[in-house]
Amino acid sequence: MRYIDPHIHMVSRTTDDYQRMAQAGCIAVTEPAFWAGFDRSSAQGFYDYYRQLTEYEPKRAAQFGIKHFTWLCINPKEADDPGFAREVIALIPDFLEKETVLGIGEIGLNKNTKNELIILEEQIALAEKYNQMVLVHTPHLEDKQKGTRIIMDAISASSIEPGRVLIDHVEEHTVSEVLDRGFWAGMTLYPDTKVTPQRAADIIEMFGTERLWMNSAGDWGCSDPLAVPKARLEMAKRGHSSETIDQVTFGNPQTFLGQSENFKLE
Amino acid sequence: MSDSEFTCPQNREEVINTYFMEHRAKLIDVAAYLDRLDRARPVGDETDFRDVAFRNAIAILTDGESQRARRILDLLSDHSTEIPQSAEGMKGALGAPLVAATEGGEA
Repeated sequence: MRYIDPHIHMVSRTTDDYQRMAQAGCIAVTEPAFWAGFDRSSAQGFYDYYRQLTEYEPKRAAQFGIKHFTWLCINPKEADDPGFAREVIALIPDFLEKETVLGIGEIGLNKNTKNELIILEEQIALAEKYNQMVLVHTPHLEDKQKGTRIIMDAISASSIEPGRVLIDHVEEHTVSEVLDRGFWAGMTLYPDTKVTPQRAADIIEMFGTERLWMNSAGDWGCSDPLAVPKARLEMAKRGHSSETIDQVTFGNPQTFLGQSENFKLE
Repeated sequence: MSDSEFTCPQNREEVINTYFMEHRAKLIDVAAYLDRLDRARPVGDETDFRDVAFRNAIAILTDGESQRARRILDLLSDHSTEIPQSAEGMKGALGAPLVAATEGGEA
């Protein structure tokens, strides 16, 4: 079996995790830029982070036969200071030339503020200008439904095709609207928040397999880098076919990510 | 869509065989959590909005209607339309909107 984890923050994970993921069948990961758990003190901190994502992390993954790709942005949590965010955004175009960069992400909203929205719109404009795909973070918990709608409205106001945008962290109350508007939808498998493997399987049964994937979003918090293979087991236990399981954990990510010429598995 | 379209590959007996023990444990966890609240000293006269939302969500479980997960998530969502300028001074996400305590949490 082989699978892709299309959203995981390997900079926060140990090399042992790469090994275990490879043993479980992972052949590729994509890593969006995100909040480190603390606010960086300068734009230079992001420059170093982007170097880590584009230069160092692909080599660490390659030791285990895993292809590593990345998405670049300033995350919504640190985007509430527009002046600072613009300094960071100015660094991104040079890094878009790196061969493992797939697009802009994970952009979105955190507390659904005007400041966050301004920077979201500027990063959507960046994606438009450089013809980049977009990976979207949607807010946590009670803020998710409202934020998801604001984000989709902002993207719909741009010229970016919804089929080149993945709206991540969907749950039962947001997945339908995301798919109905033509976007791709990502389910994040977390132990306490977002969805469990059981609920991910439920969502697939209710909404089908088209434009839907699942990821671990493994990071520095409570998360599981083996969440995707565990969800595969959950689906198999429930009687889903191997074709269905492969579609949501390999075929769909490959189809979406393959819209970037930088996404090469061979 | 309706849950009555039988999209689960398992029949009902198989679902129960597969998941009953897991959810029996989770159900008892919820009961024990409520018991723990009963045994805890109150703080002031205010009812915590999260507790109100939680109990409203429990009512959804037994109302006989389908789409329970979606409706509970809807109940636990912020339905306001205001967009504040900045996040400065805001707390992190708490899992339930403040309005749930005052409006009874319409799902």
